[in-house]
Amino acid sequence: MSTATEEKKAPLGGRFVGATANYLDERTSLSGLVKALGRKVFPDHWSFMLGEIALWSFVVVLLSGTFLTFFFDASMVETHYTGAYAPMRGIPMSAAMESTLSISFDLRGGLLVRQLHHWAALTFVAGIGIHMLRVFFTGAFRKPRELNWVVGFVLFVLAMAEGFTGYSLPDDVLSGNGLRIIDGMVKAVPVAGPWISYMLFGGEFPGDAIVGRLYTLHILILPLIVIALIAVHLVLMIVNKHTQFAGPGRTNKNVVGYPMMPVYMSKMGGFFFIVFGALVLIASLVQINPIWGYGPYDPSPVSAGTQPDWYIGFADGALRLAPPHLDFTIFGKVYPMGVLIPLVVLVIFIILVAIYPFIEAWVTGDKREHHLAQRPRNAATRTAIGAAGVWFYAVLWAAASSDLIATHFHLTMEGVIHALQFLLIIGTVFVYFFTKRICIALQKKDREIVLHGFESGRIVRLPGGEYQEVHKPVDEYERWKLVADETFEPHVPRPNDQGKIKGKFRASMSRWFFEDRLQPLTNAEYRAALEHQKHALHEHGDGGHPEIESGDTKH
Amino acid sequence: MEHDDSKGAVKAYEPSSGLAVSIDDPIQNPGLPPHRARLTDVDVKAEKRAERTIYTLFYISVAASIWAVAAYMLFPIEDMEFVSIRRNNLFIGLGIALALLAIGIGAIHWSKTLMSDKEYVEERHTTRGSEDTREAVVEAFRTADQESGFGRRKMIRNSLFAALVASIIPGVTLFRGLAPHNPDYSPAELLKQTMWEEGEYLTRDPSGTRIKASDVTLGSAFHVIPEKLAALSHSDGLLEEKAKAMVLMVRMRPELLTEREERKDWSYDGIVAYSKVCTHVGCPVALYEQHTHHLLCPCHQSQFDVTDEAKVIFGPASRPLPQLPIAVDDEGYLIAQSDFKEPVGPSFWEMH
Repeated sequence: MSTATEEKKAPLGGRFVGATANYLDERTSLSGLVKALGRKVFPDHWSFMLGEIALWSFVVVLLSGTFLTFFFDASMVETHYTGAYAPMRGIPMSAAMESTLSISFDLRGGLLVRQLHHWAALTFVAGIGIHMLRVFFTGAFRKPRELNWVVGFVLFVLAMAEGFTGYSLPDDVLSGNGLRIIDGMVKAVPVAGPWISYMLFGGEFPGDAIVGRLYTLHILILPLIVIALIAVHLVLMIVNKHTQFAGPGRTNKNVVGYPMMPVYMSKMGGFFFIVFGALVLIASLVQINPIWGYGPYDPSPVSAGTQPDWYIGFADGALRLAPPHLDFTIFGKVYPMGVLIPLVVLVIFIILVAIYPFIEAWVTGDKREHHLAQRPRNAATRTAIGAAGVWFYAVLWAAASSDLIATHFHLTMEGVIHALQFLLIIGTVFVYFFTKRICIALQKKDREIVLHGFESGRIVRLPGGEYQEVHKPVDEYERWKLVADETFEPHVPRPNDQGKIKGKFRASMSRWFFEDRLQPLTNAEYRAALEHQKHALHEHGDGGHPEIESGDTKH
Repeated sequence: MEHDDSKGAVKAYEPSSGLAVSIDDPIQNPGLPPHRARLTDVDVKAEKRAERTIYTLFYISVAASIWAVAAYMLFPIEDMEFVSIRRNNLFIGLGIALALLAIGIGAIHWSKTLMSDKEYVEERHTTRGSEDTREAVVEAFRTADQESGFGRRKMIRNSLFAALVASIIPGVTLFRGLAPHNPDYSPAELLKQTMWEEGEYLTRDPSGTRIKASDVTLGSAFHVIPEKLAALSHSDGLLEEKAKAMVLMVRMRPELLTEREERKDWSYDGIVAYSKVCTHVGCPVALYEQHTHHLLCPCHQSQFDVTDEAKVIFGPASRPLPQLPIAVDDEGYLIAQSDFKEPVGPSFWEMH
């Protein structure tokens, strides 16, 4: 970028590039940004790619969606389809449905872009979800990244809203039934339910306003907020610098990795094309949302096995698992608990996800910055909470297909629902304890490997006839990944000046959070174990195999 | 994004470690492992091979892009054949997919085999600004406060807050336009009435032909709408009325029916008609199981027992499906005695 000042040397990239760079820099001060970011180092790990899946599929959604807007007509005015698809010709339907059919059947490549848009949207939400799980289980949401967790969480909710508003646009039987369920849930809201529904639909359900209204949300205000929040999300990532996994040479105070230019430019740019290409491949091979098979919206017909797009499944499943017969009436006003209970449970679940970083920060009282992504096993309680949350979500999600589970596996509908209700409550508790035990066992395994080496697979026969497997020490780089350098002591509440004991709740929370923790190894313990191991090997008199004694560092 | 920590090192910033306890004698970080050369770093042949692979992929991408455009022209869909649409979708799609994937794979292969894999180490800085910066910011606010009198002139400040809050309200008020314009027209009241009334003929959905009681054979199920509804057009509220008035009618042997005394005459010779709108969240309760006489809602699996006043026997719904009282006219056609006696569809606040 500083080519203009280097008069003697030929400018980098040739005179044209030099002149262009100079032109831009003199008007934008761009060189400062490139200097700051051009060689910025990012750590490398396959799991850091998951967020990119979300990012790039959103770009694909944006591009394909823009194409679709040129041909889609977001109107519920009645019309008749006159296009290529014979079975639908002459049937009265809304202009929205008619234009969606036209995109599919009368526009070359139109079906491809429609399917690409839908597949990319599903991948977008999935990418966010998987990325959130990575961030959660590695503790990458800890200070200073709590706010970015919240930004990402809001993006997850917005992505679902984008998905649902888009799903409702074609005005076919499935999308109409989805809206009908929303309408039913809205009507259940105490005090204002029917009024909100009336205002939302511009009259009685379904009315002729909802597609136009959802379209405005879908292509204007929601994408605008999504793009703004993605920008905030990425800027915060650059400001905080990416987390890295603990490893040799990697500390909380440095970043080890490859530079933005050229490695990440090539890897990330390349990955954009891979995501894009993979989505086009799916769109060209796998049919999605064949609305011509469902027909235009009519409140009367519905087919068995109707299901929402995958990301709405957990909400639909919650409706199915709600305990029945709890509706009640007070002073003549109705409280439809069959809808309100799942709504409240989902809202609480979602809020807990959003504020988890703050809860954990409060329990640990840890105000330091954390830049090392943890191995999930080393934060046993958090991992157990996360696994329980995943289980809870997964059961709700499975419940959205309860009827298909019943028909495919020849079970009764009632049996499936009751089993899922049981799994939702008892299973979540079980998964919590099960995961916690697994994490602690894995920690012990790590310690075992550090102290006594790994099983080499070689059996030696001792002079006394005893057989033993030779354990070899791991090399120091491997070993470093297995040891921790700090531990946590639960909070002990102490009386203050007035003799009152405060912070009892936090104390019990921290006891719960840190119970059953392992004390980290000290260097002395490790040295002692190493000596013992060498000594043992010597006693076996296996002098002919020096690598047993010294420890083979290659494996 | 840039930090100047060197100046701000007046007093070290040490945030609390909370409950964390460091250990006295930790195992030491061994530092970065030695760099291992890749095959392409040491073997010229491998390097050349990687180079060939990468440019071949990029040229394949060019070819695939050309193919996608060719496919756009070679596979038209104007002949109105379903198979043409499939071919058009498949061949354009495969071309574009290959073109994009080849670029992506080529670029990543390039970065992994030929670009330097030397790891760099960069120092992190605390996220918060340096003490100097923070003090400068506080000073900026203080000066601004002094120069404006924002903290001192409380009347101005508070009246500004009041004005800002008040200025939002007109914008919110505009959304009043979403509500019904006629003040007598309450959404809750609308939900309590349907098109059914005394003497309204029960007709087939969607043809609108009347149904003779004798046509309703034992075990059959009819999807029913009011006769007036079939005549409505879309703009007259066809879907809105249908969403409330749709009915499912079945016939069974009269002795199977369990009916309360006051509802005995709501059925006709084993023919019963119930609202098809699920009382859970409003899906059409469209699946009738003939041998059990159960109605199943396909959305959330609520089940209703048609023999027993459509009471809920399983699932999240709470209320029975409202029953439509029916009778026959002189010619034997089925007619309604009245509207439903309670609101159809999902429960709501002002339902009673």
